[in-house]
Amino acid sequence: MSKRLSGIITPIIAVLLGIIVGTIIMLVCGYNPISAYTALWNGAFGQVYYFGEVVRQVTPYILAGLAVAFAFRVGLFNIGVEGQFIVGWLASVWVGVSFDLPKIIHLPLAIIAAILAGALWAYIPGILKARLRVHEVIVTIMMNYIALHVSNYLIKNVMTNHKDRTGMIKDSASLRSDWLQSMTDYSRLHWGIIIAIVCCFIMWFLLERTTKGFELRAVGFNQDAAQYAGMNVNRNIILSMVISGAFAGLAGAMDGLGTFGYITVKNGFTGVGFDGIAIALLGGNSALGVFFAAILFGALKVGALNMPLEAGVPNELVDIIIALIVFFVASSYIIRVALNRFGKKDVK
Amino acid sequence: MDYVIEMLNIRKEFGNFVANDNITLQIKKGEIHALLGENGAGKSTLMNVLFGLYQPEAGEIRVKGKPVKITDPNVANDLGIGMVHQHFMLVDVFTVTENIILGKEVTKGGRIDIKKAEEEVRRISEQYGLAVDPQAKIYDISVGMQQRVEILKTLYRGAEILIFDEPTAVLTPQEITELIQIMKTLIKEGKSIILITHKLKEIMEVADRCTVIRKGKGIGTVNVSETNPNKLARMMVGHDVVFSVEKKPAQPKQDCLVVKDLVVKDARGLTAVNGLDLTVRAGEIVGIAGIDGNGQSEFIEAITGLRKAESGSVRINGKEILNHKPRKIIESSVAHIPQDRHKHGLVLNFPIGENMVLENYYQEPYSKHGILNFKEIYKQAKRLIDEFDVRTPSEFALARALSGGNQQKAIIGREVDRNPDLLIAAQPTRGLDVGAIEFIHKRLIEQRDHGKAVLLVSFELDEIMSVSDRIAVIYEGKIVAVVDPTETDEQELGLLMAGSSRKEAGVDV
Repeated sequence: MSKRLSGIITPIIAVLLGIIVGTIIMLVCGYNPISAYTALWNGAFGQVYYFGEVVRQVTPYILAGLAVAFAFRVGLFNIGVEGQFIVGWLASVWVGVSFDLPKIIHLPLAIIAAILAGALWAYIPGILKARLRVHEVIVTIMMNYIALHVSNYLIKNVMTNHKDRTGMIKDSASLRSDWLQSMTDYSRLHWGIIIAIVCCFIMWFLLERTTKGFELRAVGFNQDAAQYAGMNVNRNIILSMVISGAFAGLAGAMDGLGTFGYITVKNGFTGVGFDGIAIALLGGNSALGVFFAAILFGALKVGALNMPLEAGVPNELVDIIIALIVFFVASSYIIRVALNRFGKKDVK
Repeated sequence: MDYVIEMLNIRKEFGNFVANDNITLQIKKGEIHALLGENGAGKSTLMNVLFGLYQPEAGEIRVKGKPVKITDPNVANDLGIGMVHQHFMLVDVFTVTENIILGKEVTKGGRIDIKKAEEEVRRISEQYGLAVDPQAKIYDISVGMQQRVEILKTLYRGAEILIFDEPTAVLTPQEITELIQIMKTLIKEGKSIILITHKLKEIMEVADRCTVIRKGKGIGTVNVSETNPNKLARMMVGHDVVFSVEKKPAQPKQDCLVVKDLVVKDARGLTAVNGLDLTVRAGEIVGIAGIDGNGQSEFIEAITGLRKAESGSVRINGKEILNHKPRKIIESSVAHIPQDRHKHGLVLNFPIGENMVLENYYQEPYSKHGILNFKEIYKQAKRLIDEFDVRTPSEFALARALSGGNQQKAIIGREVDRNPDLLIAAQPTRGLDVGAIEFIHKRLIEQRDHGKAVLLVSFELDEIMSVSDRIAVIYEGKIVAVVDPTETDEQELGLLMAGSSRKEAGVDV
């Protein structure tokens, strides 16, 4: 079996296995899996409103997935997408509420603020890794907590007067569109999806077509050979973290400037950054793979909300199915071995 | 006829690749049986089948006439089969005895009875003339001694049949002579030996019979007394081989590489290169002879910018490059065929085509305004692949998919094509078959004839002697002697490599 084919089939089988095991769990718990999955489907694609919500959810998922995938391609594990997402969200809202500018300046400015905030948040673990060989996983996990609590502090004490929510961003910084909303029965769909799709292309182009991407990929596969060939390994490590953080910060802007238009004090993590890890994994760390994986995760996440209403199944079950899919993707080695065995039988 | 071991019609597949195709190997009691074949011919696979690491798809293994199933190395041990590995499996900070009993500890009331174990080790050591001190720590003893510890380990476990996997690769000529003596003693004491090697000279010297395999197939078994190196080589490669390297006398010109008083520390912070002086002139090949671990790797890494040097001076064409960045050194017209082609030489997960521009991808025409030009990259790759006869399905195949020899040819093509003033070749033929070695030697000499400076590092004395115009002997991080290959021999070089001065080595200084 060719590598490319098994690269496509493996995640599909993982998804199917996740659904099958999910079915078994539902049967054991006494729920009707057929009505549950029907409810899931209807909740994602049954009405234009739901469809709009799915696309809305897919938008930050794509960018968070790209963030994880980009770092991973350079051999780094960016667990800090969650934190970079939060600071990006905060920065975009801050610019969105603080200035009064024409849209053509205000919106890009808010987006750039989010990108810079995410990039800065990832630069710190990047430089620690490059200069002092501190493992990026440890630092990025810490940075997540710092992001969460610092942003809560800033929202309460700096941006507002002890409130749990900032004011709405100015219209001139908003990604929302009346046209998109009215088309989808007033879902929260916004223009961010265009940005996310463009970013998929940017990631692909950057890695596969540019001179810098050649270096980044070489560093990701073999640091020793990259050094031998005269590439600056440390600089590429920092750069990859910065670009990864930029994607994550941009994902935050999607929620800040599109979905919500404000930021609230959070009791815990949003989960977008962590879902990004699963999306990158399922998507095989490629731009196109991340795109499709994000659609799947977005549909599952939004569709799940309909399961308790229509089928009486708790939507936590969808979390279990997502967890199962991640489990099967992570153990894709087993699937690949099984595929190879089947493949061999066909030959004989 | 009594055979201690018979491997009959063994077949082992890896996916669609047949590593062993119907190979038969029969070992008589008390003989040294050589297993000869090029790298990748299937020697190691066959031995791993015998040692229980792989299960064969077909075929039968008999020990002393009885069919057996060797499911894992413990079964092999119980059957009296012992392996002396090429890469020693020893714990550095343990004593000889502790290493030998590891996994087979003699205990008394829950505690290790080290006294008893030491006695046993000493007894075996004396019986086979190994002269190993049971109380010495591994890091204190020489490589040759460590190998004897490996031999002792198998004997301690009651091995009757010893497999030696390329045992001479890491030894000095003197140590090789001693090892051959030890092997003969083992035979006298009733053991049998399988010797895996691709060195014909050793087989002629020590083996009784020899089984040759080529591309996974058994070619035949011959009595060594009835054959000669040329016949064996033909069996191994499938065609006639020219052993000597043809070359005109060197015509050295100006100094190209001048190293003065270079000091480099190794990864552990110990001084590996200790005040090294060396000059390589344009139009000559200087070979560095030495035993592995005398600072060769650190020396090469320092002059190519991969490792920081403590002090000293490295000049290329008169320009100081000490501790410059690798790219700057590359751009000073230095090419480097690295010692470890998988670690440094190639990005294995890149297509072979992209590996061909690993160092100049950023220059025109391969890149323009930061965008790669794949058309030009693959055009260059195709040209190099044709010119250097790199056997690959296509220039788009991953470097990983190529055989070791073709990977090496690709690296050499890439480096030579940059037309460097200084070509550094670190063990360029390691693990390659005879045909590829011949090709590579020709290319090195060609560079020299074009007036380039070539620095060759190798642990193979034959290679150093036949390719170099001057030989610099490295010992404990210093060049201890520079000799003319036509005026020296292996004996003298061996002594110099082991740290004797030239006087002691019997040469006038």
